[in-house]
Amino acid sequence: MWERGRPVSTLESDLALKKSQGKSILEVRNVKKYFPIMGGILRRTVGHVKAVDDVSFSLPEGETIGLVGESGCGKSTLGRLIMRINDPTAGSILMNGRDITRVKGGQLRKLRHDFQMVFQDPYSSLNPRMSVGSLIAEPLIVNRRGSRSDIQSEVVRLLEIVGLSPEARLRFPHEFSGGQRQRIAIARALALRPKLIVADEAVSALDVSIQAQVLNLLADLRKEFGLSYVFISHNLAVVKHVSDRVAVMYLGRLVELAPKRQLYNSPLHPYTQALLSAAPEPKRHANRERIVLVGDVPSPAKPPSGCAFHTRCPKVMDVCRSERPVLKEYAPGQFTACHLYT
Amino acid sequence: MATSMASNAGIKSRGAVVKGKSPSRLAFERFMRNPLAVAGTVILLAIIFVTVGAPLFTHYSPSAMNIMNTNAPPSAAHPLGTDQSGYDNLTRLLYGGRVDLTVAFSAGVMTLVIGTIYGGISGFFGGWIDNLMMRFVDVMLNFPFVVFILFLEAVFNTSGELLLITVVVLTSWPASGRFMRGVFIQLREQDFVIGATTIGAGTWRTIFRHMLPNTVGTLSVLVSFAVAGYVGLEAALTFIGLGLPLTVASWGGMLSDASNYTAMTTQPYLWLPPAIMIVLTILSVNFIGDGLRDAFDPQMRS
Repeated sequence: MWERGRPVSTLESDLALKKSQGKSILEVRNVKKYFPIMGGILRRTVGHVKAVDDVSFSLPEGETIGLVGESGCGKSTLGRLIMRINDPTAGSILMNGRDITRVKGGQLRKLRHDFQMVFQDPYSSLNPRMSVGSLIAEPLIVNRRGSRSDIQSEVVRLLEIVGLSPEARLRFPHEFSGGQRQRIAIARALALRPKLIVADEAVSALDVSIQAQVLNLLADLRKEFGLSYVFISHNLAVVKHVSDRVAVMYLGRLVELAPKRQLYNSPLHPYTQALLSAAPEPKRHANRERIVLVGDVPSPAKPPSGCAFHTRCPKVMDVCRSERPVLKEYAPGQFTACHLYT
Repeated sequence: MATSMASNAGIKSRGAVVKGKSPSRLAFERFMRNPLAVAGTVILLAIIFVTVGAPLFTHYSPSAMNIMNTNAPPSAAHPLGTDQSGYDNLTRLLYGGRVDLTVAFSAGVMTLVIGTIYGGISGFFGGWIDNLMMRFVDVMLNFPFVVFILFLEAVFNTSGELLLITVVVLTSWPASGRFMRGVFIQLREQDFVIGATTIGAGTWRTIFRHMLPNTVGTLSVLVSFAVAGYVGLEAALTFIGLGLPLTVASWGGMLSDASNYTAMTTQPYLWLPPAIMIVLTILSVNFIGDGLRDAFDPQMRS
């Protein structure tokens, strides 16, 4: 059933956007994550890697937000902050309107029911010594959801939902292919009936043919269970396929946030433009202008002054070097942090 | 996929469903296909059998000396002759293995247990706990342990198996503790361990269900090499007179007893058998360790 590619209707997503103005499942407010750099003989903090630097966005219920950026731009760190795997240095994360940033211990464990994660590498995200059945049953057992037989039938149900045979539960992860393992990981994430799933490069480790299957499975689940996704990927085509809105990150900062259509058709930020021009396109655009960025991404330990992108920006101005641009709405629903438009 | 909707009944009735092989099961199968490892296991089991079942093979007592019959060459009554105190050598050899193996295995297991707990706590919690615990390991690693044995023997005015085990355990866990710390630090960053937290598993569940089972391979390798080391260590310590008293039959003690010019040159039946037993035991345990390492980590094989 999920073998066919089925693009998400834009009408549907636009409706979702408008409908959900009021209620957001996830709200990220001015979140920062600085990792200390230890140095010297005394192991003192000599600086910080600003992995995530003042990022804010909100995710309406039922929507998928795509997080894109080069490796090292902080998108995975942001995902881990949302999952409360790491604690943010500053800012707050609201889940269903409730601030979960400082919740700890047993309370946090209860809240975790609502948000689950699918990891990048299905070869390392499943404990190799547990059978598939106990892997999927584990969230239910840990959170005491029903009796042993209830849990067993739930495991079978979950396996069927993700398109695996019930016999799979007697087997071990190493007996499955990458795509099947990712399905197991998805079943495990679904077990607690979460409202939000953070998918960190969930299909990047899979073969292209399998990627489509897993993406369609995720799309089906979203409809069936009313899920919201934070979809982290470096693959622009994949993000385009699954997202309603896309957030572009550069050096720990959001540079552009827009509904998918707008972002891909009329990107505002020069970085987004460069990123899109670098992505291979299946259609033949002989005269498409390619923007090639020069130089490397600067170190997040010493981000450039002003706009972090000014060292590589083809449209750099004087103001970019001194003043940090703020994220503002320049077209309906389209936010960008760039001095070009002020 | 569609064949069995019901959980258990459906699967049983089909009969064709194969239960998956766990990684431990696969490792065991790989181990059994390794000829050296199997040979090591057989030899070690044989050594354990003849030492534990020593009374089946000899009717002398290991502590009964016959001063009328010292330094006798091999004969029908004494297949390996007698030593300078009139002990039957074969008897000493068989009973001596008991002590050696007991010391080696119990010290090995204790090292493993303490090392895992210590290293596990240190690696899992990290931070200042880890720092403090590892500094203590540094101290212990540089502990003058021969002096420590002399000290204990002087204080308690005794020497024997228990003291030897205590000393070996007290002084050798730090190395395995540090090793296990590394293993736990590595595991802590694995996605499936982080994933355990995100589904709401507690600390103890994460440690015992997700981390410990994934150290089994490393642990069994560690313990087999440690045991091999302790067999040699016991022999060496007893040889220099710091291990077991000479009244207790042990392989190291027999070597020590025979370490004079006459015995070395004219009475090989005094020192050759214990030397062979020590070498055989160490070799077979090492082969088992090698086999375990290859079995648990097939990619590592060159």
